[in-house]
Amino acid sequence: MSNAPAEEIPTEEIDLAIANKVIDKYLTLPGNLMPVLQGIQEEYGYVPKPTIDLVAERLNVYPSQIYGVLTFYAQFHLKPRGRYIIRVCVGTACHVQGAERIVETFFDRLHIGHAETTPDLRYTFEKVACLGACGMAPLAMVNDDTFGKMTVQKVDEIIGEYNQRPMKK
Amino acid sequence: MGENAGIKILICQGTGGISAGAKKVEEEFVKIIAEKGVQATVGKRCDVIKTGCRGLCANDVLVDIVDPELGRVTYDFVKPEEVAQLVEEHIVNRTPLEKRKAKPYYNTFVDQQMRVVMTGCGQIDPDSLEAYLEEDGFKAIEKCVKSMKPAEVIEEVKKSGLRGRGGGGFPTGMKWSFCAASPGDKKYLICNADEGDPGAFMDRSILEGDPFCIIEGMMVAAYAIGCYYGYVYVRAEYPLAIQRLQHAIDICYEKGYLGKNIQGWGIDFDMRIKMGAGAFVCGEETALMASIEGERGMPRPRPPFPAVKGLWGKPTNINNVETFANVRHIINKGWEWYASLGTDTTKGTKIFAVTGKVKHTGLVEVPAGMSVREVIYNVCGGIANNRKFKAVQAGGPSGGCIPAEVLDTPVDYDSLIKAGAMMGSGGLVVMDETTCMVDVARFFLTFTRMESCGKCVPCRIGLKAMLDILESITQGRGKPEDIETLLEMGATIKKASLCGLGQTAPNPILSTVKYFRHEYEAHINEKRCPSNCCKELLLWQVVEDKCVKCGACLKACPSDAIVWEKGQVAYLDKEKCTKCKSCYDACRFMAIE
Repeated sequence: MSNAPAEEIPTEEIDLAIANKVIDKYLTLPGNLMPVLQGIQEEYGYVPKPTIDLVAERLNVYPSQIYGVLTFYAQFHLKPRGRYIIRVCVGTACHVQGAERIVETFFDRLHIGHAETTPDLRYTFEKVACLGACGMAPLAMVNDDTFGKMTVQKVDEIIGEYNQRPMKK
Repeated sequence: MGENAGIKILICQGTGGISAGAKKVEEEFVKIIAEKGVQATVGKRCDVIKTGCRGLCANDVLVDIVDPELGRVTYDFVKPEEVAQLVEEHIVNRTPLEKRKAKPYYNTFVDQQMRVVMTGCGQIDPDSLEAYLEEDGFKAIEKCVKSMKPAEVIEEVKKSGLRGRGGGGFPTGMKWSFCAASPGDKKYLICNADEGDPGAFMDRSILEGDPFCIIEGMMVAAYAIGCYYGYVYVRAEYPLAIQRLQHAIDICYEKGYLGKNIQGWGIDFDMRIKMGAGAFVCGEETALMASIEGERGMPRPRPPFPAVKGLWGKPTNINNVETFANVRHIINKGWEWYASLGTDTTKGTKIFAVTGKVKHTGLVEVPAGMSVREVIYNVCGGIANNRKFKAVQAGGPSGGCIPAEVLDTPVDYDSLIKAGAMMGSGGLVVMDETTCMVDVARFFLTFTRMESCGKCVPCRIGLKAMLDILESITQGRGKPEDIETLLEMGATIKKASLCGLGQTAPNPILSTVKYFRHEYEAHINEKRCPSNCCKELLLWQVVEDKCVKCGACLKACPSDAIVWEKGQVAYLDKEKCTKCKSCYDACRFMAIE
């Protein structure tokens, strides 16, 4: 699964000291490119462009190689993400229990598609492969909270609730 | 747990349990026991223990109260607010709450199974080395080191008949012997926990419920093959599994079960977790190794096989989580015991993740050779909502469908392949009369098309072309020649693709065409979906003859498009309808078409 193309990468002030610390931690580990990128994403919430150049220089790999890895794996993000990440499981069990209508209702209510973020950076929506709680299908998650046996009505309840929540962590 | 006199409260805390609120239940137990001074009242120790998944995820939160006098009592669907009553009645007054006990189905569900690999899951604390040691932990590796030569260990596994549980079914002992025979003193061992098949979660449950058994299984393999370094490749979607396994590894290092000169036995073994990043194809062994090396996870042609030239060009052995989990039981109980389970070609037990439209979804471990019918009807209670069984999908996106006619197929590697499906990782998704088989084929193809790495053309372009055809069929634009085109393309993609993903991706289509050709034909010729599933082909109206005037559709509708009054046939207002299909799933009588 590839991510959105890399053309619209926002340029903003990024504190590279954090990224340097992550790189220090894995510097001597063989095959360290992925752990470094995962560490950076964990710190910043996505992989900002300046950190890619930094990683290229310090690990002595081409930036193209890094972009290759970033766009290959579904879990890397090149753009800032929403405060609340909504994940709807579209695994087999959820699919046969009607996950599609849950996805479409979220699309309709939030006016965003798969892997997109609302302009106010409140929500990012993702369809995900099996979350492994098939007993409660269809399943949705908002950050770490799980909502089982989803219905269209519950989608509105969830959005209503999270609209009230603060934007700051 | 040295003090057997104590009362143990076991709370299921796999991912399924936690999403149902197990953490709150645990906190409540701890709080109430402290508040009420239960220890003083009862005069015994009272432990609250969190355990891994015990399989029946649909009925979480499951709580067992084990008491030396009253025995083991299981409660299901436990909510935090019920905890006080449970403690009061069961633990203080010593009378189990009859009406909150799990119903007889729970015992049927458990008794029909045969737990070998999952013995620890749901019974012991996954974070406690002591608990594992009490269950004969690390006895298998000790036995190997003290009384067996590496070649004898391999011979033992060979004779047991253990085959790879990841799906391929390659004999594990053979695989080990290839890697052991490869020249070179630097070799790697990898545990494949990149369980990507939608609908399968047994590997996750083992890692969450009994992480030490994976470590021990890998130690035995490392000793047999002669390698000192192991990786566990876990998909990043399993945070709890990663956390529990990391914790187990840390304890093992601390207590000298990993590292240099383990327990003074003269063997060295190091291991670490490598976290995936969301790519299904990384479950393929050569792609997985590329991913560990920090590259794009793309497969490469074999030979050379990993046993000769694998990770960083060194001989490498890769096995699946469930395979490693079997190892210690084979060593402890001997190959004769293991080989006595199962069928001629498939030995031992297999864990299945049974999901979909079945009454009791969850993990079931049964001896190989049980029929699919027994698994679905005897163990899992049959089809939910009294609907009619249509098919069961086995083996995920690489597998196929088993229709009612061949439901007596035994679950072993060879019989399932003969029926047009495959064992795969062991996902069984049950489908009833409301599931459209063309839509299921489209679903799996959407998945494999997205997950195709794009390296070789048949998979990258071929799957896209097949998906376009399937989409046109489900939208009512199908052409009569489409079925033949699909079959021909499927055969070509299977032959011409480089790795397992492409070679098996057409299977869901080929098997649904084989058994459910009439459904494809109804979509194409009559522009009709017999299961009332494909949106573009629905009429959005109530069938008066079938409607029993129950009003279930009214409750399900989110947009007030259903008009219904007691004793009246329902009416669907097409103006207001948002076509979400909630009413279709709510209606038990298929009265909306």
